[in-house]
Amino acid sequence: MDLPEYRWLKTLTYLLLTLGLVPMLLPFLWMVSSAFKTLPEVMQVPPTWFPKQPILENFVAVFTQFPFARYILNSVAVAAIVVFGVTIVSAMAGYAFSKFTFPGRDVLFIAMLASLMVPFQVRMIPLYLMSIKFRLVDTIAGLSFPWLFDAFGIFLMRQFMQTIPTELIEAARIDGASELRIFWTILLPLVKPALAALGIFTLVGNWEEFLWPLIVTTSDASRTIPVGLQRFSEQYMSNIHWQMAAATVAVTPLIIAFLLFQRQFIQGIALTGLKD
Amino acid sequence: MRPAGAKVTQQAEARRGIRAIPRRALLTYRTRHVLWAFAFLAPAFVLFFFIVVYPLGWALALSLQDWSFFGAKRFIGLGNYVRLWNDPLFWKSLGISFKWTIGVVPAILMISLPLALFLNAGWLRLKSLYRTGYFVPVVTNIVAVAFVWRWMFDPDFGVINWFLGVLGLPKPGWLADPAWALYAMMVVGVWKQIGQAMVLFLAGLQTIPQEFVDAAKIDGASPWKLFWKITLPLLNPTLLFVVVILVINAFRVFTIPYVMSAGGLQARTPGGPLDSTRVFVLHIYDIGFRQFQLGYASANAFVLMALIIVVTLIQIKLIQRPFEY
Repeated sequence: MDLPEYRWLKTLTYLLLTLGLVPMLLPFLWMVSSAFKTLPEVMQVPPTWFPKQPILENFVAVFTQFPFARYILNSVAVAAIVVFGVTIVSAMAGYAFSKFTFPGRDVLFIAMLASLMVPFQVRMIPLYLMSIKFRLVDTIAGLSFPWLFDAFGIFLMRQFMQTIPTELIEAARIDGASELRIFWTILLPLVKPALAALGIFTLVGNWEEFLWPLIVTTSDASRTIPVGLQRFSEQYMSNIHWQMAAATVAVTPLIIAFLLFQRQFIQGIALTGLKD
Repeated sequence: MRPAGAKVTQQAEARRGIRAIPRRALLTYRTRHVLWAFAFLAPAFVLFFFIVVYPLGWALALSLQDWSFFGAKRFIGLGNYVRLWNDPLFWKSLGISFKWTIGVVPAILMISLPLALFLNAGWLRLKSLYRTGYFVPVVTNIVAVAFVWRWMFDPDFGVINWFLGVLGLPKPGWLADPAWALYAMMVVGVWKQIGQAMVLFLAGLQTIPQEFVDAAKIDGASPWKLFWKITLPLLNPTLLFVVVILVINAFRVFTIPYVMSAGGLQARTPGGPLDSTRVFVLHIYDIGFRQFQLGYASANAFVLMALIIVVTLIQIKLIQRPFEY
């Protein structure tokens, strides 16, 4: 909105925008501040805004009382598999759908796209039974496999690759480049922004996935951060200071990544939007 | 992205070359082309089959069976669907999900749309700072922030009730009180998704041609009028898209009610107190993975799918309507 001659409105806008930031950011400040407090100080009413004597013991407790390092490792492993898998599978399928003609292409594409309407909650029971059958329960593979197919990723890749001139690919073909080589050295570099957006979008969604890990993990060997956190808070219900330290540890990696790659993150979310 | 001039000529020569190739060789080329397509498609197709098609069919079969995981399977036709129709808890949890949707979706729209409009204004400074601030909740782990909010909403020690006390307002029991628990969680649902909707609106606003805005301004339209007569109608497709995403997300909400109702100072069962926050997915999870009634849980999940299909089809129907520019 452009408000050239409404000076007071501009001031009001700044005021509202700034005031609005308070509830958006307060939980983070509260979390970090509580993470450095002793339990009595955490429970104190009226609360203190900043710890009187900041302590690090809560963070030590998080890593010693609970295998939190293991949770982080598991989360990173699952995220790496899913992000890599989704981007490469989607890019390959997007290439096939956009630059090849073959019988049944459009029907298959629409069928895959229609699967966006099948919520995970319908598939989770069979997926769990499959996990039991193939001994995937409580494994990193079991945590990852349901997310490797992403209809939206394929759609996104197809849309992007359609904008690449087909002559470019034909020229390379005629020059004798193999299809794999064309895909790796010509196509993928050209769709890098889309790959990055899809990767980030997948990462953000996967990092906080809770329902499936809740079902498929049974021990700390495979628990990811979200379910590990939940276990932690069920075990140490009243140790709020530890919970806040654990929460701080859990949110920090992605927030740092976001602050470093803001543009890509925001593009990733704006481009895709739909969350599974 | 155009190939260099030399390449184009080369390619034109090559095209002539193809025409000269005898018929059999051409067929081979065509076959190879199709085979390569299948090769590129193979991983997606295999995954599509094993992660989507097969489980979907299996779930459908399960929904027609009476099966409690350990017992014997019994085909009961539409028995599970009849049962859920007569199940008060089904209607209750569906109602809670609708309440969530009706509360959370408009709240997010009413906050994020003005936010996007202001952040899109040419005169605004510190734009990226504001955008970052409002966007941060989107990239934070939902379980972790649910902890923090659960603690802030604590009836006795929470900062929110302390603040209400300072203002001299009554202090609700929040998560401990069936009348308030869902609202406390809805606050978190709104807080978490404002940034996502804002970014989608900002992307939509970029597509509005500046000439329309300039023309309206020359005609002396007030900002208010500009918004209602120009910006909003042109933003219609984005608005529809955002509403559909938010509604589908609202139907599928699970983590916030689960985490905020279980654990913490007052440990309770997920969906509590007194099933007041038992959203529909929590209901499905409870039946499936706590009571192990896998057939009945599948039937409930298909109701969720039906709702999502209806919303998606409405979107497709509306988006086909030409938007007048």
